Amino acid sequence: MENLVLYLLAFLVFPGFLFTSTFGLVVSWIDRKVSARIQWRVGPPFFQPFYDLFKLWQKELIIPRSAKGMAFIIAPFIGLAATSLLASIIGIINLNPEYQFVGDVIVIVYLMMIPPLAIIWGGFSSGNPLAALGANREIKLMMGYELPFILAVVTVFFKVGSISLGEIIQYQQVHGALLNHPSMLVAFAVSLLWLQAKLGEIPFDISEAECEIMEGPFIEYSGPLLGVYKVMMAMLHVVCPWFLISIFWGGTSMQGWGILWSVLKFVFIIVLVIIIKNTNPRVRIDQAVKFFWGWVTLLALIAMVLMFLGY
Amino acid sequence: MPNLSTRWLKKSPWVYHVGTGGCNNCDIEILDCLTPRFDVERFGIKLVVSPRHADVLLVSGPVAYHIKPRLQEVYKQVPKPCVVACIGACACSMGIFKDAYSVAGPVDKVIKEIDPNAIFVYVPGCPPKPETMIMALVKALQKI
Ligand code: SF4
Repeated sequence: MENLVLYLLAFLVFPGFLFTSTFGLVVSWIDRKVSARIQWRVGPPFFQPFYDLFKLWQKELIIPRSAKGMAFIIAPFIGLAATSLLASIIGIINLNPEYQFVGDVIVIVYLMMIPPLAIIWGGFSSGNPLAALGANREIKLMMGYELPFILAVVTVFFKVGSISLGEIIQYQQVHGALLNHPSMLVAFAVSLLWLQAKLGEIPFDISEAECEIMEGPFIEYSGPLLGVYKVMMAMLHVVCPWFLISIFWGGTSMQGWGILWSVLKFVFIIVLVIIIKNTNPRVRIDQAVKFFWGWVTLLALIAMVLMFLGY
Repeated sequence: MPNLSTRWLKKSPWVYHVGTGGCNNCDIEILDCLTPRFDVERFGIKLVVSPRHADVLLVSGPVAYHIKPRLQEVYKQVPKPCVVACIGACACSMGIFKDAYSVAGPVDKVIKEIDPNAIFVYVPGCPPKPETMIMALVKALQKI
């Protein structure tokens, strides 16, 4: 019983929903502020993402007549629940690497596919042709970026000799971060490209291209449901970098200077994403899929070969 | 309108731009607001691309006959509460297009046909300066 309460707390409050969503909204402020500074603008005030969210909460919710009502409403919540679960799994294992179960990395990789799937489902069920087009592109993009990423994760598995996140983190506590090896550096580069596509940032924001298909799957969403999607995306901006830090960069710690160091790692990855986003044009979907299945997969294979050669 | 539901609207008005047959000059001035020089993101104003996400409709130009049903359709798709901002002399009072054969009327008249309680902001000028637009929006949002 007590365990159940603890699990619920972990899911809803500390590493889970509340913590990650608040942190995620701060990250989205960082995103907008840094983008604004890059474009020589002033940028929004600190609480802007929170204002946006509260406002969306108070707006009318419109469910289009062409939408499949239930799916249209449920989809965002499924994405949100999956993201909260991800945050709590990754957070708990980072706090206490002993707290693991066999194959949790595989569970995490699978769970990370659910938010895009929720977006796809919501897009298709909204009954809007542009949303369907966006969802269609999201499927193709997902097929593109998951292959090299899974190869990169498998490289880590072989290096450490374990498929549980706790053991990967413990290995790094003993032997130093995996990033010190050249092969892992290559795998990390692959993962950064995956991150860019996963978060739906330019150059891979093909599925929600604003000026082309008008936010794609989100086009019919209004008010609170749009807010749920915004929170989900904000949480993904925390969870995905956190996972990369855990498997490549020694994880995060909550003691003393460790907190500062963890935040710095995090900010480094996020700012890198923002800079890539602000200095690149959007690619077409066929270019993106070719890029991921061609060059990036090649890079992932190189990482694997280097790892087997002992680098 | 109840006080609660507009409390945060002031802090983050998302605008959607509808051109209803003006001379395109107002549209260009609207885009100017987003540039580094004026940077409306300071006030949380953001340009969105779907009427479903919008809080403010920026309408520029007199309403021509062929665009009248479309403007009304777009207005219906915006989740309420929302504000209609008439940008430019044309949108406020038809300006130089007054008595032309092809225009259906100023924006407020067209929208009041489907929603008599709509809220309007008038920004006169031909075209209005970006500063005027920002001031009008900020002031209007303080009022409601
Ligand atoms: S108000 Fe003047 S600038 Fe604006 S659309 Fe009309 S004619 Fe053009």
